[in-house]
Amino acid sequence: MTKTTHTVNFTLNGEKKTFGTRPDEKLLTLLRREGYRGTKYGCGQGTCGACTVLVDGRATYACLLYAMQAEGRTVRTIESVGTFDKPGEFQKELVAAGAVQCGYCIPGMVMSATALMETEEVFEDEIVKEYMDGNLCRCTGYEKIWVALRKTLDRQASAPAKRAGKKSSSKGSKK
Amino acid sequence: MNRHEKAKNFKQVNHSVTKIDALQLALGKDSYVADFVPNDALIIKMLWSPHAHARIKKLDVSKAEKMPGVKAVLWYGNVPRIAHCTAGQGFPEPSPYDTFMFDKKVRFVGDRVAAVAAETEEQALAALEVIKVEYELLKPVFTIDEAFAPGAPVIHDEAEAHVPIPIPYEPKKNLVAHVACEAGSFENGLKEADFKFDQTYETPYAQHCPIEPYTSMARIAPSGRIEITTSTQVPFHCRRIVAKTLDVPVQKIRVIKPRIGGGFGCKQEILLDDVTAMFALRTGRACLWQFNREETFRTGRTRHPFRIRLQAGVKKDGTITAINMEAINNTGAYGGHGLTVVSCAGSKVLPLYHCENIKFDGKSCYTNLPVCGAYRGFGATQAFFAMESLMDQMAEAIGMDPMKFRQMNHIREGEGSPIFAALGEGREGTPMTVGSNALAECIVQGAEAIRWQDRKDWRGKTGRYRRGIGMACLMQGSSIPDIDMGAASIKINDDGSFNLLVGATDLGTGSDTVLAQIAAEELETATDKMIVYSSDTDLTPFDVGAYASSTTYLSGEAVRKAAADAKRQILNTGAEMLGLPVEEVFCENSAVLSKKDEKQKVTYGDIAKYSLYQKNQYQIIGTASHITKKSPPPFAAHYAEIEVDTWTGFIKVLNYVSTIDCGTAVNPQLAEGQTEGGTLNGISYALTEEYLFDKDGKMQNASFADYHIYSMRDRPPLKIILVPSYEETGPFGAKSVSEVSINGAAPVFANALYNATGARVREFPLTPEKVLKAIKAVEKK
Repeated sequence: MTKTTHTVNFTLNGEKKTFGTRPDEKLLTLLRREGYRGTKYGCGQGTCGACTVLVDGRATYACLLYAMQAEGRTVRTIESVGTFDKPGEFQKELVAAGAVQCGYCIPGMVMSATALMETEEVFEDEIVKEYMDGNLCRCTGYEKIWVALRKTLDRQASAPAKRAGKKSSSKGSKK
Repeated sequence: MNRHEKAKNFKQVNHSVTKIDALQLALGKDSYVADFVPNDALIIKMLWSPHAHARIKKLDVSKAEKMPGVKAVLWYGNVPRIAHCTAGQGFPEPSPYDTFMFDKKVRFVGDRVAAVAAETEEQALAALEVIKVEYELLKPVFTIDEAFAPGAPVIHDEAEAHVPIPIPYEPKKNLVAHVACEAGSFENGLKEADFKFDQTYETPYAQHCPIEPYTSMARIAPSGRIEITTSTQVPFHCRRIVAKTLDVPVQKIRVIKPRIGGGFGCKQEILLDDVTAMFALRTGRACLWQFNREETFRTGRTRHPFRIRLQAGVKKDGTITAINMEAINNTGAYGGHGLTVVSCAGSKVLPLYHCENIKFDGKSCYTNLPVCGAYRGFGATQAFFAMESLMDQMAEAIGMDPMKFRQMNHIREGEGSPIFAALGEGREGTPMTVGSNALAECIVQGAEAIRWQDRKDWRGKTGRYRRGIGMACLMQGSSIPDIDMGAASIKINDDGSFNLLVGATDLGTGSDTVLAQIAAEELETATDKMIVYSSDTDLTPFDVGAYASSTTYLSGEAVRKAAADAKRQILNTGAEMLGLPVEEVFCENSAVLSKKDEKQKVTYGDIAKYSLYQKNQYQIIGTASHITKKSPPPFAAHYAEIEVDTWTGFIKVLNYVSTIDCGTAVNPQLAEGQTEGGTLNGISYALTEEYLFDKDGKMQNASFADYHIYSMRDRPPLKIILVPSYEETGPFGAKSVSEVSINGAAPVFANALYNATGARVREFPLTPEKVLKAIKAVEKK
């Protein structure tokens, strides 16, 4: 187990936290070590999206970000999205559509979709693809993930606008 | 009524029941190997060979052993030297025992040299840096021709290399396997032909790319036994092979398979577990080994590259008079699956079309390149590229529409093929006639969806963008007859729920759900009454594992039989409780009812409580095993409409239609999902995926940045059509679904490209570079 030499403070899923870390530790490693294991390791190279978390609302590869870069920021993981009793809207649709095969990519997909839903107001296909392009899946061919996402987005788009100060851009897509 | 109409009356099967682990996985709950690793586990790192072929003259690990945090180092000097095979196949394996935990020789870039277990990853990596290795470089072998050339360097010169069954194996010639058969006479058949063909096709190295990399953790249980939690498709083979490799009794090992993050064949391999188990034994600690992505590419298993020579003769009337397939695969540095994959190139492809004179010759060779293994499609994928490309060429020669040519020649219900009997896996095959077969309907429905009737010969067109439509027909199998075995047990709980224990291995396909549906259908209860556990060598019955498209067909029938056994006991106890003879009761909707008066009934919960607590107590438990006598092929017809950019060679897929006859789709939604995933994997493989090597045999594109697999943006419009049939020998009419769909895209695109431009490509992936070259070659003529 990594011996820690530094501390890092950030808001994790709504709670202010302080963690021991080291300058060379990645955020993904820290999160998993601290029990936030819904965030997955897939490539460690910032290419598959299994480790996607939200940092200040933007979808971010936790395998590339150093833990100490999260200092003072707001981090959200899959654990903040839903529970057995109250799954998130997209999670519900994924289950209903049969879009979860091995499921390894799904938490990352959910986080990218969360960034999309919280950043954009117009969910044109091209914008959706921009957000989701960094999350690879090898099981589903994306068909049912797409169906589930489209359903979730269309419902959200038709709901009365509750969100203020949101603008349409692709700025929330992955760095 | 048509036989498949029966499926409409099922209450659990043939319904899109929600996948039982879907929500757990979508929520990100602990599910996979790495989620169960204690924080104090040792981290394993491997020193990999930088050379394709070398002898280790000197290996000094003494410095590494003294490095901070290092708890153990493994190398050839301190582990048992036991020849084994890493392929997770039946026993004895039809593959050579040519692998050692560690060896004095390295045979590809990415072969094992020495391993370190340390408190942290950083410490393990630092220790690898100080391991001193002196190599004597040997001449490497990279191609089939180099491997078989007289006087070629011998890759496996060790005395121990052997195959455990009597099949041809000549390591001194780099020959891993040779299998041949002939039905009728190819020579005579060719004489009857009006047109003769002789073409050679090549297919690339490719990889499965599950998003969860290979991961294994081992620890010593309080009982002193070794407990391995691993991302595997074959827990029971894993137990057997680790026991052999470590020279410990099978009894001392427990293998647990949690949820698996995708496999597609690559996890039908014992690639990590011998090392994690050995470190656990040496250190007494939990030890984790997870490949990073680069290691997964370099050292993980791959799809065999093939060279296939296909000769055929056809008469003007469309009769195929002769086929000869000479298939050679390069199996890389170790020979697991070499024979079986080349056998399937013949056995899963040649029976598709009528022909009385068929000859097959399959070889597998060693090279100093990455190791190949099982991959969805398993040889059929490569051979269908050749077969279906040539089918179009034959149709053109006789002036027949390629769809009509296939319709005229494809195998029908009730027909056999001499190939079924001639080609097995390491032995002769099993004679078989095809039971269910909806290929004719697949062809028709697919053609309608792609608008085949609008297809013309567009080769004469000019302009930058050219449209083309292509097709292919496909088949696979369902299990390996007379070899594979699956078993299941099912017991009742107080409340009328059931524990379904299966050795069958859900690796993300949804097979746990499918098996629960089968059990529930047989037991006349609901699928959500099933608590499914798969798989654990201490707790669940044996099953060969998830491969050869076997789980639904083979393990599913074992589950059905186990459920029938439990149902018999439920009926007996229910009748006893109702005071009726067992002939006068029946099961319906989780209860036993009197046939005469349906108000007289006892629920499964009542029966469970009675049998567990009240009178004549016993555990209602059903158990059964199943082997198969047939391997019913699922059939498929694929179609695509493409647009070729003749300036750049880029192929844009405008529409793709993937039809499939999988018998009864036990869970139509999951069957669609299998077909969608297999089809897109095939498309990605056909258009972009390949290993690129430097001159020293080192893979150059070991990341998703350089080895492109399709993303959501790349996904073309895809239509899936499930065409029902009813396989009498399968559970509730089901046969397999998982593999066949990956076989289509490469030949479909090759045929569509020809239709659009007149360029015939005989190797893929169809990268813009390759396509452009082929188009230019046509224009020059």
